[in-house]
Amino acid sequence: MLKIKELYVTINDQEILKGINLEVNPGELHAIMGPNGSGKSTLASVLAGREEVNVTSGSIEYNGEDLLEMDPEERAHKGVFLGFQYPVEIPGVSMVNFMKTAVNEQRKQRGMEELSASDFLKLMREKSEFVGLKNNLTNRAVNEGFSGGEKKRNEIFQMAMLDPALSILDETDSGLDIDALKAVANGVNKLKRKDNATVVITHYQRLLDYIIPDFVHVLYKGKIVKSSDKSLALELEEKGYDWLEKEVEV
Amino acid sequence: MMNDQDKVLKEVTQSDYKFGFTSNIETESLPKGLNEEVIRLISEKKNEPEFMLEFRLKAYRNWLKMKTPQWAHLKIPEIDYQDIIYYAAPKQKAKPSSLDEVDPELLDTFNRLGIPLEEQKHLSGVAVDAVLDSTSVKTTFKETLAEKGIIFCSFAEAVQEHPDLVKKYMGTVVPAGDNYFAALNSAVFSDGSFCYIPKGVRCPMELSTYFRINAANTGQFERTLIIAEDDSYVSYLEGCTAPMRDENQLHAAVVEIVALENAEVKYSTVQNWYPGDKNGKGGIYNFVTKRGMCKGNNSKISWTQVETGSAITWKYPSCILRGDNSVGEFYSVAVTNNHQQADTGTKMTHIGKNTKSTIISKGISAGQSNNSYRGLVKVMKNAENARNFSQCDSLLMGDKCGAHTFPYLEIDNKSAIIEHEATTSKIGEDQIFYCNQRGIDTEAAIGLIVNGYAKEVLNKLPMEFAVEAQKLLQITLEGSVG
Ligand SMILES: Nc1ncnc2c1ncn2[C@@H]1O[C@H](COP(=O)(O)OP(=O)(O)O)[C@@H](O)[C@H]1O
Ligand SMILES: [Mg+2]
Repeated sequence: MLKIKELYVTINDQEILKGINLEVNPGELHAIMGPNGSGKSTLASVLAGREEVNVTSGSIEYNGEDLLEMDPEERAHKGVFLGFQYPVEIPGVSMVNFMKTAVNEQRKQRGMEELSASDFLKLMREKSEFVGLKNNLTNRAVNEGFSGGEKKRNEIFQMAMLDPALSILDETDSGLDIDALKAVANGVNKLKRKDNATVVITHYQRLLDYIIPDFVHVLYKGKIVKSSDKSLALELEEKGYDWLEKEVEV
Repeated sequence: MMNDQDKVLKEVTQSDYKFGFTSNIETESLPKGLNEEVIRLISEKKNEPEFMLEFRLKAYRNWLKMKTPQWAHLKIPEIDYQDIIYYAAPKQKAKPSSLDEVDPELLDTFNRLGIPLEEQKHLSGVAVDAVLDSTSVKTTFKETLAEKGIIFCSFAEAVQEHPDLVKKYMGTVVPAGDNYFAALNSAVFSDGSFCYIPKGVRCPMELSTYFRINAANTGQFERTLIIAEDDSYVSYLEGCTAPMRDENQLHAAVVEIVALENAEVKYSTVQNWYPGDKNGKGGIYNFVTKRGMCKGNNSKISWTQVETGSAITWKYPSCILRGDNSVGEFYSVAVTNNHQQADTGTKMTHIGKNTKSTIISKGISAGQSNNSYRGLVKVMKNAENARNFSQCDSLLMGDKCGAHTFPYLEIDNKSAIIEHEATTSKIGEDQIFYCNQRGIDTEAAIGLIVNGYAKEVLNKLPMEFAVEAQKLLQITLEGSVG
């Protein structure tokens, strides 16, 4: 589904990613861990197509196509979803209006008819219950005045609404209390299918108590320095990230 | 490499003004220039009673002594008032009694603007007075309204049929010498709309005036007078467009509203005069005086405006809150793009006790435009317990445009409670990217964000108008972030 090869990325002429290789297949759940500043969000931004992130070399293939050639919205139409680390507020734009535009835009691009108002509202209700997003939040403006936890739940809600093929969740767990964390994890687990894939980016192993990844990668100073199964997460939890320094230099 | 937003910006700024066509309608006009003779001719052509001519001449003599206002944050080029035609009217029978007598080209003009004048086509139930080049060409639903005693007709017709009402109210809210442009209008206005709602009547449909400038080198000077008797209600809409012309055209209108006891008048405008091209060539100079008088106790006047057009806008719809417990409201969205300039706002004058005013102003600037809010809240000595709430927000798109806020307060009564809030924000790349990531392209994203920003105001518009206004905002601004 996703093949990243020897990817080098700069932001403002500063090299942030230094030769990333990663392959994600349908049905898989990957966790990317690493200390702050290691480039996790930068990787997520490249995948979503943020303008200020420059790819200097390497390639990203998505379902056989060159992902880097696509506009952000085209990527979204083709099933790429990014759960933002810091979801922005859009005052005055109701969640209902926002999601309706997003869902129908996606349907249009896929040659499907727009959802009727009642079908759409049914879908909204169903999915907001699914992630435990209170109904009154879906009536408010996009993320406006949402608490940190509500914003993160809202990202999972949007993921459920758009039913993506490839979801990248950037620190969707950070800043959550245990109930919200469980709700987010529960959402991710329930949305997991054989034909979709998820990449969770996290700083803590805590989330991985509730989400069982097939692979864990450690991103450190712009490189994936270690890839393994779930046990790697526990090792990181135990030892912290410091030991990596020595290991990488060896 | 040109980024996405620049691309959209380019497309939009180069797209055509949708209403820029000209119509081939035979017009009768006076030669260019202004003097007492021209004024006498206008009055004569309209077969006006003596009091009208006196009003005009008095205004003209006032005007001669006045100067163009300089205080606005606008660069107004020198206007040669002798180079303007002050009277142009579509040639048609003096008063067409049925649509068959109206020039088909003229009907077609309004059809192309989406304003059918055939009543059976008017499913939405809006009565329309269509004004082309300062002359009212057709008022729909007149008979239906007459059954309730409502008078809705052209100003010229009102002068003939209801001279007593015109004489009683004209110039009582905006005196002939009020300001430079109002004085000019009072001297030369050729037509406009007149509306009278009798005591106790709720007008059953929206009343609407649609203004269209067609003839070249012509100034448009129309005048609207709305009188709402005790316990009456009316919602009034105004729309306007003009052809694309390289030269600037002057539009100086006057609107007067009188609300008597317990009466309520809602006045909504979607102003879409030709704004000029992307280099700032051509476009309408829109210098308009709009004022409402809450004369009776418990009366209410609401102004709602969506201003997207014109090269220069100078406009301050205001309320004089004379009656006790009277309420004045001003809801405004003003958008400027390219080289447009707008200086707009309101004046709320509290005279009666327990009077209340609300001001919500949303400015949006893009391109190299300049957008100013100018507002005065004035509380007079005897206005016990006056209240005002003002909120003035500015939204900037790009970094070549300007937004300015000039709030003035003159408070002469200690019991007044005045609240003022102001914000300035920029449409963020982050907001647009968030939308993009959800599959919403940049154009649609800007539409969403801008309409969200202006929602409080758009919500005040009647349904049919709100939809039109939303589209207009999007068209005016698409892709202006860069
Ligand atoms: N817009 C930017 N301009 C300059 N440097 C940036 C920008 N965004 C991120 N960086 C830098 O890139 C590095 C990686 O950041 P990020 O990808 O956010 O890390 P993580 O998500 O792993 O914490 C950091 O050193 C950060 O300072
Ligand atoms: Mg990060």
